[in-house]
Amino acid sequence: MSKKILIADDEQNIVISVEFLMKREGYTVSVAGDGEAALAKIREEKPDLVLLDVMMPKKNGFDVCQEVRADPAFAGTRILMLTARGRDTEVAKGLALGADGYMSKPFSTKDLVDKVRELLG
Amino acid sequence: MLQGPVVIAVSFLYLALLFAVAYWGDKRADAGRSIISNPTIYALSMAVYCTTWTYYGSVGRAAVTGVGFLPIYLGPTLVMTLGGFLLLKMIRTAKANRITSIADFIASRYGKSQLLGGLVTVIAVIGIVPYIALQLKAVASSYDLIVGYPALIAPAESGSSIFADTTFYIALILATFTILFGTRHLDATERHEGMVAAVALESVVKLMAFGAVGLFVTFGLYGGIGDLFARAMSDPQLAKLTAVASGSRSYATWFSLTLLAGLAILFLPRQFQVTVVENVSEAQLKRAIWLFPLYLLLINLFVLPIALGGLMRFAGQGVDADTFVLTLPMSAQQELLALLVFVGGLSAATGMVIVETIALSTMVCNDLVMPLLLRTKTLALHTERDLSGLLLSIRRGAIVLILLLGYLYFRLAGDAYALVGIGLISFSAVAQFAPAMIGGMYWRGGTRNGALAGLLAGFAVWAYTLLLPSFSKSGWLPASFISDGLFGITLLKPHQLFGLAGLDDISHCLFWSFAANIGAYVVVSLLRAPTAAEASQATQFVDALKTTRPVGSALWRGSADAADLVALVGRFLGPVRAETAFASYARRHGLADPSKLEADADLVHYAEMLLAGAIGSASARAMVASVAKEEPLSLPEVMNILDEASQLRSYSRELERKSRELEAATGELKAANEQLLEVDRLKDDFMASVSHELRTPLTSIRAFSEILRDDPKTALPERERFLGIIVSETERLTRLVNQILDMAKIESGNAEWLVEDVDLNSVVEQSMAATSQLFRDKGVALSLDLASSVPLIRGDRDRLMQVVINLLSNAVKFVPPNDGRVTVRLMADNDSLRVSVTDNGPGIRLEDQAVIFDRFRQGGDAMTSKPTGTGLGLPISRKIVEYFGGKLWVESEPGQGASFIFSLPLNNNENGTNE
Repeated sequence: MSKKILIADDEQNIVISVEFLMKREGYTVSVAGDGEAALAKIREEKPDLVLLDVMMPKKNGFDVCQEVRADPAFAGTRILMLTARGRDTEVAKGLALGADGYMSKPFSTKDLVDKVRELLG
Repeated sequence: MLQGPVVIAVSFLYLALLFAVAYWGDKRADAGRSIISNPTIYALSMAVYCTTWTYYGSVGRAAVTGVGFLPIYLGPTLVMTLGGFLLLKMIRTAKANRITSIADFIASRYGKSQLLGGLVTVIAVIGIVPYIALQLKAVASSYDLIVGYPALIAPAESGSSIFADTTFYIALILATFTILFGTRHLDATERHEGMVAAVALESVVKLMAFGAVGLFVTFGLYGGIGDLFARAMSDPQLAKLTAVASGSRSYATWFSLTLLAGLAILFLPRQFQVTVVENVSEAQLKRAIWLFPLYLLLINLFVLPIALGGLMRFAGQGVDADTFVLTLPMSAQQELLALLVFVGGLSAATGMVIVETIALSTMVCNDLVMPLLLRTKTLALHTERDLSGLLLSIRRGAIVLILLLGYLYFRLAGDAYALVGIGLISFSAVAQFAPAMIGGMYWRGGTRNGALAGLLAGFAVWAYTLLLPSFSKSGWLPASFISDGLFGITLLKPHQLFGLAGLDDISHCLFWSFAANIGAYVVVSLLRAPTAAEASQATQFVDALKTTRPVGSALWRGSADAADLVALVGRFLGPVRAETAFASYARRHGLADPSKLEADADLVHYAEMLLAGAIGSASARAMVASVAKEEPLSLPEVMNILDEASQLRSYSRELERKSRELEAATGELKAANEQLLEVDRLKDDFMASVSHELRTPLTSIRAFSEILRDDPKTALPERERFLGIIVSETERLTRLVNQILDMAKIESGNAEWLVEDVDLNSVVEQSMAATSQLFRDKGVALSLDLASSVPLIRGDRDRLMQVVINLLSNAVKFVPPNDGRVTVRLMADNDSLRVSVTDNGPGIRLEDQAVIFDRFRQGGDAMTSKPTGTGLGLPISRKIVEYFGGKLWVESEPGQGASFIFSLPLNNNENGTNE
């Protein structure tokens, strides 16, 4: 069974590109457009990996990450944060909140695929 | 139960209670847990002002003059409530100079003059003796009355033998108690904590007793205040008493009595003693200034009811109104109440006599006897004898002497006057201290000779116009002295001096004595400049409330031997106390061994202050001069030192000002720094936002480009879709970059403005034309509500179009497709044009209405997808409107659509009023 990936981002075009990439790698993909939808889908679909944008409406990526990590049921869920705000403090904050990896936008598609493979491997 | 032995036993029990309280107070003081530091006790001790004169005499006076008894309490109330600054200055000055009495105060102020201290003492003793006589008379007659029960009129004084006279024994008993209260300690210091505690208790007792009689008369004998006054009013004679008599004579009396009483509360020796000398801390004053007037109010509450009640009850029976307080309960067979009243009267008398005689005996000892003794060779100062015992003996002798003088006056003149008359003679005497005291505290120019001249002149006039006539009335001087004047000269009639008629005795005396006193004080003071000693003391007193006044030691120069000083102080304070005092001085100066003390100016000053506490400042100076070789400072030297002090003062003021400025500057710097930090933070936020907004389209562009590069065989529809995204994201990037640059140009003031007369109608129409495709694509209705013609306005046509287009494209973005409606209105009023763009979209939450004008802050959180746009449109539009002096704002309720409105002023000549 293929691994499930949730893409949480409010930028339509980024979602399209990442969805295309992940499907090409053979993963099952679902999409959420804001922080609350992302949480709902994580609880409902229990994805193996979440590609989590930081700047989202309703609930930002940090809060989503924190809530997921607070729930032991999702201890196995990998989280890869993607953000356009590439400051060091934000990277540190994401990792401190329990994210498994962190990539700055714009990213190389090859790096993203490699990273996802590594996290799910 | 009102037989002599019972009354006497109760009286002694009461005095024993007082003594126990005093003993306890002293013990507490020795243990360092002073009870009189309590401000309430301090305020109560001031009520020693209320003597038997108040207790019995107020009713007597009210029976004759109605409300005429009030000025005696009005004056102190005014002084306490309005003259706190004066009291504060007196207290601080007295403490700084270890002043022990009012004589000491005046002597010290005018160059520590022994002559002046002596004169003040003599005036005080002569002036106060009648007052003490008054207390003796009151206690004696109340005793005679109460043991004569049930008769209401005392038997006529036998008057034959001193030893058959109750008053004589009362004087002796009071002398004994005063000695026990005031000079029990072997160390002759200035403060008597036990005495103050006892006096405070007495104040409570006399207030309660008087209140009890008042309640009894008002509610027991009559049916309450209303009933009592109603009955009194029905008698025209009595009705007159409740109104202030009119006429200039009455006003003059009110004024002079209020003034006299106000001065008395400051300068009566016993008031000076409890208010200034016994004061523990300045903070006590705060409560006293309202509590003491309140006490006066309470004790006067029932004066008029008692007087009226007595006059009605005893009409035609010849009962003395001065005795109403006692005879009213007696006439109603209230024996216990009568006894309580007697004890209350005893309280009023003993409190006054004890404090007054202690104060006077201190003055007699320090300012009269000691200076004389110190001049005689028999007390040669080089002997090593301990003089502290001698000091106490002098004081005890003085106490006995003063009370005997009081008795003597009572025998001579006591029967001629009502109680109040005697008291006012004393008030007028101590009022003579006012010019020297108040002048001394506020006028540097006052000199010793001026004070001497003023006091002598005022005292002489007082004696001539009040004291001698009181003898004359008693028959010790011929009655013609009053009626025809001295040697029969009409102009010298003591109550109509130089033909001044139409005033009562007291006002008459006050007028002439103050004229003579103040005149002599000012004129003689002006005759010569102050000497060095006077100038240095003047500064200590006048500048008492300033922080940087020079200390006394700055004004002393000479040489001394420390051991001599210790021995000298020991002779007056006792060797043990002296050694303790010097040891603590040494510790304060970091020396373990007092014998290593250097006899510098500070130590000499310290020794003098210690002595001043025991023997007064004038004698202390003389004593110190006997063991230390002072090199007298010349006047110019003193002036130099004082000048330095005042320069120091202005220098310190300057420093204070500089430090305040520095503080202000620091504050400003801090604020500026915070502002900079805030600007920095905003810039940081801006950069982060810009970075985010640039990276987002770049992410898509890069991702799709790499997808297409990595897989050339991508299906055609997908390829076209991806390329379309790349192109539109590139356009988004371009727009963003343009708007950021635009924003930056406007903010930095580098934007180019093409200002001309603009027709806002055509601006709106052209903007609508430019956006019409957007509306058609989404099926949104756009309607226009234009004023037919509006005045031209100065502005930049393209920029204003940019604003309107921005508002229109925002509106179309947020309305629902197909049934969206957007309306544009243009309105003109007197001084501005107004454009509004109203939509029927979701509206904007209140908390978002302010932030949507911030950069990169878009509304629309409620929507699942983010609105397109850069987040810079509204901020730029607002900048443009503000550039032309206008305003751009939003009005919206969630669910009700939104209106974006901007107004532009008509009279914005040329370009923006906004820099």
